[in-house]
Amino acid sequence: MTTTIDSATPSATARAELPPRTRSLRQRFRENAWAIWFLLPAGVFLVFSVLVPTVQGAVYAFTDWNGLTADWDFIGFDNFTRMLNDPFASTAVANTLLLTAITFVGQNVIGLGLALALSSQIKGRRFMRVVVFAPAVITPVVIANLWRFILQPEGPFNAALEAVGLGWARQIWLGDPNLVVWSISFVILWQMSGVIMVIYIAGLQNVPDDLLEAAALDGAGAVRRFFAVTLPALKPAFVVSTLLCVIGGLKTFDQVWVLTRGGPGVSSQVLSTAVYQAAFLRGEFAYSTAIALVLAVITIIAAVIQQRVSRPRKDA
Amino acid sequence: MKRYTWKTGVLQIIMIGVVLVVLIPVYILVNTALKPRGDRSSPMLPTLTPEWGNFPQAWEQAGLGPALLSSIFVTVTTIVLLIAIGSLAAYPLARITASWSPVVYYAFMLGFIVPSILALIPLYSTFRDMGLLAHPLALVILYLGERGSFTIFLYTEFLRAVPREYDEAAGIDGAGRLKTFWHVILPMLRPVTGTVIILNAVFIWNDFYAPLLFLSGSGSQTLPVAMFSFTGTYEVDWTLMFAALIIGSLPMLIAFLAMQKAVFRGYASGLKG
Repeated sequence: MTTTIDSATPSATARAELPPRTRSLRQRFRENAWAIWFLLPAGVFLVFSVLVPTVQGAVYAFTDWNGLTADWDFIGFDNFTRMLNDPFASTAVANTLLLTAITFVGQNVIGLGLALALSSQIKGRRFMRVVVFAPAVITPVVIANLWRFILQPEGPFNAALEAVGLGWARQIWLGDPNLVVWSISFVILWQMSGVIMVIYIAGLQNVPDDLLEAAALDGAGAVRRFFAVTLPALKPAFVVSTLLCVIGGLKTFDQVWVLTRGGPGVSSQVLSTAVYQAAFLRGEFAYSTAIALVLAVITIIAAVIQQRVSRPRKDA
Repeated sequence: MKRYTWKTGVLQIIMIGVVLVVLIPVYILVNTALKPRGDRSSPMLPTLTPEWGNFPQAWEQAGLGPALLSSIFVTVTTIVLLIAIGSLAAYPLARITASWSPVVYYAFMLGFIVPSILALIPLYSTFRDMGLLAHPLALVILYLGERGSFTIFLYTEFLRAVPREYDEAAGIDGAGRLKTFWHVILPMLRPVTGTVIILNAVFIWNDFYAPLLFLSGSGSQTLPVAMFSFTGTYEVDWTLMFAALIIGSLPMLIAFLAMQKAVFRGYASGLKG
């Protein structure tokens, strides 16, 4: 492979001197032929592990594939109409959107709050950054199991509420269908807000100090300065954190599966747990790819919206 | 906010509260793991006679030894290969201006945006037909595609910000593309390689969904799956379970504490693109 690339190069550099129009298509191809060898290794894995199975999955969503045999028939939109009437799948769609919304808002508010607080003059802020961020590198399976213990009906969380005189606020955090998605979201916020904090801390370094001082001299209060100077400068950080929170939120699996396995009933089912359950516990492979396709479409729509909203700035 | 005022003092108190909200659950984790088996006292009550034997017992019963080896194998193999294939691919993607270049780049970025969950089910049956299920290589192959996109993104964006005069000078000197890559491009990519390693390591080490699908129940399951199946078996024995969870978290936690600055930099710069 080495000789191919090396021998192709001298002629490539020689031709680069010519104006583009005088070069034929073939010449231009030969000039860039080296690129194939550089792209091939990554390309093989992209095609094998991402492109082909994604297309396969999207096709299977419209079939009665059973996961085992190669013979299957197209059944149109049957899998999707079935989802509409299946509380298992429709709850999963609603919960996925709710959980993504809660964690998106929560992580941004908490992350920005922590970033502002830990960029101030308070003592021990280095140590505090490390402590607040540390849970983000720990396996979510560990964190979720820890909180499964803490949030038990007779667990430390309810005991703590009792101890500070908030006994009336005791709840069955993971067993109440109306609360369970909020409890799971809380665990995600506890673990992951530190990541968003780090992104905002980096963003705060782009806030122009002289502008803040000028605003202060002009008599702008702290709140006014925050909204007029700090917040606009944080927009790039907000764009990144939005992408992370939304893509991360939509594919949430670990915390739900460890904390509740989608229960009680189907009340905390999200799309990725529904996919797993349909395929590997019920053996309904085609149906599971249909649910996964819905998740993929929602994710792509979210990514496109995110791009559209963030584009008007100079770069993408 | 440059001086320490009374407002800073209020903030200080609030932040001490936040730190406690993080540390108290960790205290509960460690304290419970040290309790003698069957001890049902409050998890907040400090354990005065810690039962260190819980750790070797959890290590043994949860099969953490083989799981640790499997996790190390998958993470290290994948990252070494990711650096190789990612930096190779980024070189033409960042330098060639032909019309196909952005098209190929966006094809790679698909792996970044389309959730892997849709690909995992057909891939599961492909791996099963190839006899690769239950083999850690299945995970490596998956991650090289899935994380390859992200790695190429980091390398390409970084390289685009480097003036092309550097490597073009080498090209005119008659060095082949591969030589230019090896002697000029690769050394330039060093700073971003740290980010590539950190972000991919945290993802791969902690990933649960794919190893649950591909390796569950096999002898080569990774740490998250081993810990998960152990917590399933020992539903009520929180003591032993927490001991296992602590052992399973230590490698990543130690790595983080040892390289805090690099990790913060990696998250702040890498995710910014």
